[in-house]
Amino acid sequence: MTNTIGDIETADMILVTGSNTTENHPVLSSFVKRAVKFRSAKLVVVDPRKIKLVEYADKWIRQAVGTDVVWINGLMHVIIKEALFNKTFVNDRTEGFEELKKTVEKFTPEHVEKITGIAKEDIIEIARMYATAKAASILYCMGITQHICGTDNVKSLANLSMLCGHMGKPGTGVNPLRGQNNVQGACDMGGLPVVFTAYQPVSNPDAVKKMENAWGVTGISTSPGLTATEMIPKAHDGIIKSLYIIGENPLVSDPDLNHAEKCFEDLEFLVVQDLFLTETAQKADVVLPSTCFAEKDGTFSNTERRVQRVRKAVEGPGDAKIDWAITCDIASRMGYPMSYNSSEDIFEEIRIVTPSYAGITYDRIDKTGIHWPCPSIDHPGTPILHSAQFTRGKGLFHAIDFIPPAEEPDNEYPLNLTTGRVIYQYHTGTMTRKTEGLNERAPESFVEITQKDADKYNVKNGKKVRVISRRGEIEVIVQISPKAVDGTVFIPFHYAEAAANRLTNGRLDPIAKIPEYKVCAVKLAS
Amino acid sequence: MGEQNKIIINNNELSFKSGETILEVAKRYNIDLPTLCHLKGSVPTGRCGICVVEIQGMDNLRAACATKAENSMIVFTESKAVVDTRKKVIKEFLSMGNHNCAVSRPSGNDWTHFQMKVQADDNSAELCPAWGDCRLQDLAYRYQVTGEKPAAPYQTDPMEIVNPFIIRDSSRCILCGKCVKACREIQVNDAIDFDNADAPKKIIAGDNKPLKDSECVFCGECIQACPVGALVEKDARFDRGWQEKKIKTTCTYCGVGCQIYLHVKDNIITRVTGVEGVAPNYGSLCVKGRFGFNFVSSPERLTKPLIKENGKLREAEWDEALDLVASKLSQIKKDHGPDSIGVLTSARMSNEDNYIAQKFARAVLKTNNIDHCARL
Repeated sequence: MTNTIGDIETADMILVTGSNTTENHPVLSSFVKRAVKFRSAKLVVVDPRKIKLVEYADKWIRQAVGTDVVWINGLMHVIIKEALFNKTFVNDRTEGFEELKKTVEKFTPEHVEKITGIAKEDIIEIARMYATAKAASILYCMGITQHICGTDNVKSLANLSMLCGHMGKPGTGVNPLRGQNNVQGACDMGGLPVVFTAYQPVSNPDAVKKMENAWGVTGISTSPGLTATEMIPKAHDGIIKSLYIIGENPLVSDPDLNHAEKCFEDLEFLVVQDLFLTETAQKADVVLPSTCFAEKDGTFSNTERRVQRVRKAVEGPGDAKIDWAITCDIASRMGYPMSYNSSEDIFEEIRIVTPSYAGITYDRIDKTGIHWPCPSIDHPGTPILHSAQFTRGKGLFHAIDFIPPAEEPDNEYPLNLTTGRVIYQYHTGTMTRKTEGLNERAPESFVEITQKDADKYNVKNGKKVRVISRRGEIEVIVQISPKAVDGTVFIPFHYAEAAANRLTNGRLDPIAKIPEYKVCAVKLAS
Repeated sequence: MGEQNKIIINNNELSFKSGETILEVAKRYNIDLPTLCHLKGSVPTGRCGICVVEIQGMDNLRAACATKAENSMIVFTESKAVVDTRKKVIKEFLSMGNHNCAVSRPSGNDWTHFQMKVQADDNSAELCPAWGDCRLQDLAYRYQVTGEKPAAPYQTDPMEIVNPFIIRDSSRCILCGKCVKACREIQVNDAIDFDNADAPKKIIAGDNKPLKDSECVFCGECIQACPVGALVEKDARFDRGWQEKKIKTTCTYCGVGCQIYLHVKDNIITRVTGVEGVAPNYGSLCVKGRFGFNFVSSPERLTKPLIKENGKLREAEWDEALDLVASKLSQIKKDHGPDSIGVLTSARMSNEDNYIAQKFARAVLKTNNIDHCARL
C-alpha cells in the first residue's frame, strides 16, 4: 500500500475494486465501513459480484469480467475531457500525459459501456466523484491482478490516481491489499527471481558485488530466474530437475492443476518443507517438518509495509525445526556453512544489505511496527509513500490499451468462471480446515450462480453439479446466490477435493507472470 | 480568563486537549476511573452509570465518559456521593441477573453449602465462566458490594450454544450495550441490537434468531468487549485466564498483520485476543484470527523428516534426511547446472526465513530461480 490502513478512514472517497474486502481482509474492511458510516466518505465498489461491501456503497458498478482497463481508461477519458484532473500534480510530478491522453481518447463512455456493460452515466458519475474528492483512496486486490492483463490493470489504477493527484497525501493512494501475512516481506526479502532484498536488481553489477561481499561468495548469477508459475511447467520440459518447496502447496493453489501434477511427476528430486503432509508434500522425495508462526521468533511485513514482531509462544511438535535453521543446515552440508544464533542475528544481516530496512531493529519494533522505507536508526519510517517525489523521480503515465481475457465463453463452454476465497477458510485450507468451527461454517466447495443461470442450465440449489473446463472437471454443490452475475459463476479455491484450480487457465500476464485465475470458460453438467 | 485548558481532578491540576472527555483526561493521567459500558472508538452514552464523577457547582453527578472537560472544572472521582452512587449501580447490576459469584452473600456460613446452592440456583448448572475475569465482579470487590437474589425472574432464555464459537447467556447480561457498540461502531456488522430501544430486556441478533442464522460473521469483537459472563468463547469458557501466559505476536492469516495475544497453557494456545490500542487493528480481529488456530496443535502436524522409499514415505532422522537433500541437490547442480534447481519460498514465513531461502538459492545453488506464492 502507498498509504496506511488507518489512513483509509481519512479518505473522502474510497474506490474498491477486485477486493472482496469483508471476507478476505475483514479487519481492514471495518476501516472502510467506518469511513462510510461515521465520516460520510463516499464508497464506490467496482466488482462483478454483489459482494457484502456493496451494501455499504454509494455506488456499485458491475463490470464484465476482465474489462478493467476499459472502465479505468473510461474514467480518465471523462476526467480529461471535463478538465477535472489535477493540473499542478500532472505538470510538476508526472510525465507521459500526452500519450495517456491520446490513448484514452477513444474510451468514450459509450465505447466503455459497449465493452464493460457499465452504463455510460455511471462512468461519468464515478469519474466526477473520484476527481473532485478532496482525498480519494483506491483499494484493490486479486480481482485486479489475476488476469493476463494484471500489470496493465494496476498501471491503469496508478494512472488514474496520478491524474487526479490522489497520491502522497493522507486518505489517498493506490493500495493493494496483500492476501497473505508476509507476501510483502517475502518480496522485500528478495524472494523473487529478479531482485535481491529491497528490490535491488540481480542484473545490477553493483548489487551483485554488494551481496557477494556480504555473503563471502563469488559467481552469483546475474541472469533473471524463473517465477513459480514458470518453474513448474519447465519441469515438464526437463529444464527444472529439482524443486525445494518451503511452506507452499502448489498442487492446490496452482492454475491448471491436472497439468501441474504431470509436471511434478517429471521432477527428479522434490523436497517439501511444511507443517503438514500437504497434497504437494505427498509427492515429495524428502519431507522436512518445520515450525509454525506461533513457534518462532521473527518479523512479518504487513500490507502497509509495517515490519512487525513475531514471537514464540509454544514449542513445536516432535523434531520440527524453524525454517531458516533447516535451510542453513542444508547449505552447510553443501559446503557453504550458514549458521545463526537467532532470528535477530539474521535480521541484523538483513539490515546491512537492505537499505529500506536499515533503520529497523527488534528493539525499535518491540511495541509497534515501523513502515519501511526506514533508512537509518533515527528515521521514523514512512507511512505514506511518494509524498515529495516518486522513486524514479517523476511519475510515469503508461498509455495502456485493452486486451481481452485469454479464454472467453463460447458455445461449448458458455460460462465465465472466477475464483476466490470465503471468510471462514484461507488459501488451500491446510491451516483453517484444522479448526472444526470454521469447517462447520464453510464445510465444502460450491459453485455460486444466479437463479437465471441455474434455470437456464437446469441445476438445482444444494444439489451437486459437475463444472467442466477445457483442462479438467470437479463436482461441487450449487449455491444460487444474489452475489452472482448472469453468465459468470464463482468457486472458492480452498478445497483440495474439489480444487477450482483443476479448471483454471495457466495463461500468464507477460510481465508479472500471474495466472488468469479470475477468468476462464466453463460448462455445467449434472 | 485564567490559564487555558486546565482541569482539576482530585485536587491535581491537569492540562487537557479541547474536546477531550473527563474520562479521557483521567485515563491519560492514570487516574483509575472505573467503566463498564465504555468502548474506545465508539460514541459514549453514559449508559451504565459507573464512571460518574462529582463536578463542583453542579447538582447532579455526571458520566465522565460523556462529559467534556472544561477549563477550571473541579472534579472528584471518588467522593462520597460518587461512591454511594456506584455502590447502588453495582448492586442493581448484581441483582438484575444470574450473578452468582462469591460476591453474593451466602445464606449459610458454609462455603460448600453456598457452592451447592449456587449450582442449584443456576439454570445452566455451572458457575459463571467469567469468574475472576469479570469487570462487574472486580467492581463489587472494589466497592465491597454484595448482590441479592433478584426479586423478579431474570432473563431465562436458554444459553445459545448452537454456533461453534460464541456462547450467549442473557441471564448474565447487564444490558450495558458494549457488545452492540462493538458490532455496530467498530466492526460495523450491525448483527446485534437491544430488543427494544426504550425498555430493553435483552440483546438480540436480527429479529431474535441464533447468531449462526444472523448477519454475524463471528469476529468475536463482542466477546472481547463484554465486561461480564454474557458472551464467552465456547472452546475457552472454562479456561482460567490467570493460569495462562499471554504472548504478543502478529497474526499469520491475511496481510493486515493484526497484533494478537496468544494465550498459552501447557504449551497449547487456549485462545486469542486482539491487542488493544495498537495499530493496525486496535484490538479488532476476524473469525480466522480469533478462532482459527487449532492447526498449531493438530495431531496431523509433521513431527519427523520423511524419506520416500519404494513409493512410500517413511520416518527418518534429521541427519539422514538432510544429507540426502544436500547430496542430491549437489549432484543435480553438478550434472545439470544451477538453473536446473528451483526454490519456492513462502509468503507465510518470516522475513528471516525468506531471507535465508533466497540467500541459499543465490549464494549456495547460484541460481535466481527463487520465487513464492505472491501471485496465487
